[in-house]
Amino acid sequence: MDLLEYQGKQLFARHGLPVPAGEPARSVDEAVAAANRIGYPCAIKAQVQIGGRGKLGGIKIANDEAAAREHAEAILGMDIKGLTVHEVWVEGASQIEAELYASFVFDRGAKAPLAMLSTRGGMDIEAVAAETPEAIATLHVDPLIGFQPFHGRRLAYEAGVDADLVRPIGAFLERLYRTFEAEEAMLVEVNPLIVTPERTLVALDAKVTLDGNSLYRHPENAELRDLSSENAQERMAAERGLTYVKLDGDIGILGNGAGLVMSTLDVVAQYGGKPANFLDTGGGASSETVKAAVEVIVWDPGVKAVLFNIFGGITRCDEVARGLIDAFAEIEPRVPFVVRLDGTNGEEGRALLANANLPNVHPATTMDEAAERVVGLAA
Amino acid sequence: MSVLVDRDTRLCVSGITGREGSFHTLNNRAYGTNVVSGVTPGKGGQELEGIPVFDTFHEAVAASGANTAMVFVPPPFAADSILEAADAGIATIITITEGIPAHDELRVYTHLHRSPDVRLIGPNCPGVLSPGKANVGIIPASFFREGNIGVVSRSGTLTYQVGNELAQRGFGNSSIVGIGGDPVPGSSFVDVIKLFEADEQTELIVMSGEIGGDAEETAARYISEHVSKPVVAYIAGFTAPEGKTMGHAGAIVSGSKGTAKAKAEALEAAGVRVARTPTQVAEIAVDVLS
Repeated sequence: MDLLEYQGKQLFARHGLPVPAGEPARSVDEAVAAANRIGYPCAIKAQVQIGGRGKLGGIKIANDEAAAREHAEAILGMDIKGLTVHEVWVEGASQIEAELYASFVFDRGAKAPLAMLSTRGGMDIEAVAAETPEAIATLHVDPLIGFQPFHGRRLAYEAGVDADLVRPIGAFLERLYRTFEAEEAMLVEVNPLIVTPERTLVALDAKVTLDGNSLYRHPENAELRDLSSENAQERMAAERGLTYVKLDGDIGILGNGAGLVMSTLDVVAQYGGKPANFLDTGGGASSETVKAAVEVIVWDPGVKAVLFNIFGGITRCDEVARGLIDAFAEIEPRVPFVVRLDGTNGEEGRALLANANLPNVHPATTMDEAAERVVGLAA
Repeated sequence: MSVLVDRDTRLCVSGITGREGSFHTLNNRAYGTNVVSGVTPGKGGQELEGIPVFDTFHEAVAASGANTAMVFVPPPFAADSILEAADAGIATIITITEGIPAHDELRVYTHLHRSPDVRLIGPNCPGVLSPGKANVGIIPASFFREGNIGVVSRSGTLTYQVGNELAQRGFGNSSIVGIGGDPVPGSSFVDVIKLFEADEQTELIVMSGEIGGDAEETAARYISEHVSKPVVAYIAGFTAPEGKTMGHAGAIVSGSKGTAKAKAEALEAAGVRVARTPTQVAEIAVDVLS
């Protein structure tokens, strides 16, 4: 789960990391009032989960109330790469002497947290990584020992930070690691981590990704989920316990298990079709779940045909068949369905479907046959 | 022979009194798996259709001689249960539970990795089936029979699909191992391929991967250097959209790796034949084994 910048900063502040004072605002008046309390100059920053907002006019400096109002009016409601800005973060403008980069990421490959530090922050860090990887100091942390002072010194010296900053950066990284561990993050990234003229460090941006599986232990973080950034259909699916990703084709896809669904998308593409979505019912789907899934899929007006590809393990094919029959009774989909049911209770499921004699539902025995059929029906 | 589970398996199930846990325990026993005990704290002294239940793994191991554990408890308790099983001396721990927090998995992995005698399969996996010998987990065993193909897979249902394609062409399996799709799987493709390479019954290894991470690329390197048996691979997700990125830091770590195309190329460069569909896996198997 990705946090907005200000949510990340509030998380940082809870762990004693230095961030500029600021307030979130959802209306122009709120933003102006916040700016007046914080004082001028201040920064008005669009809160969207996407990079590059500064270049697109999503971050402005205001030197007085009139400017604050003008910028808040411009930014609230603006569109940044397809996302509407519903919220701004107003914070005191910072004086910048130097810009660093610092992060901890959950490194799946190495199976350890990876620490990164660079004195080349503030610019496109990916370009730095690609062109001059030696400009980024990295090391892996043993999760059973945690981040030690020597880790901080090693990173600071290898990154080549100024001598007077070695200690403060070590302390900053130690707190950043504590945040990463305590909040069970997959990523905590500060870019830029600025050095002020007084030679203090301030996290000027915050990018935090939390582990969705751990949210039951962090109820205060679970509330931060930004539903407005999700597509309406994806939200509808999530509320029904389904994993749904919208794609741009015209063949609706439903399957059980992420691997099998991905494989189904591939096979449909090989027969020349274009999937409209990825939908995983998960294991052991009930007829209710299947019915909800049909609703989500056919809600997309671009869908011309639907493919059900089920290989039941925990999932029982008769439950899937019942769900489809219920869906037809309630929502009367107008597009053709190709249904392949195999695995646990496959025979019962196929018999249920045959007896129901649903309009425009075509059984298929193999995955390939099903894919070929559905591509033909969508054409 | 086969790998990980067989007729010598003495299984203890953590979460044996739960709804899913009891259902699959009895399913596994009906298949012929020797289920010797279960663990549910607070329910020691009870029985599940003749299978004794203990409060702790230590008691269960002492009283029933369990050498394999299946963990079926909900995510908040799963990491603890895995560590308890290892602490009680269980060598093979198969974890079915889905949704364990990533940092828990990381601590468990790091700790277990330092004890060479303990092997964790999963979490978030369908388990291990050695047809005709033992089934530990939720794989629908009736679709598979004994044979000479070892299957290792990150995805549950895709395993069934691939296994079924093989079965329809008359092939059976030495073992089918689901390693799970979580960020920190206890065992990797390499760990299981190593077992199949050493297993006499296995003549062909099928690995089924998917997008994300670099486990397939690592396996490709290992295969080219250490594996003499033929390997057929299948990768799902060629047409999947780019996943949600983990900010810049994530992109830096994964680089260009993680796509199905990159994985297939790495495997092909290592001499592995990569099927484009599950059906093709079986076609290549026919070709290799005939």
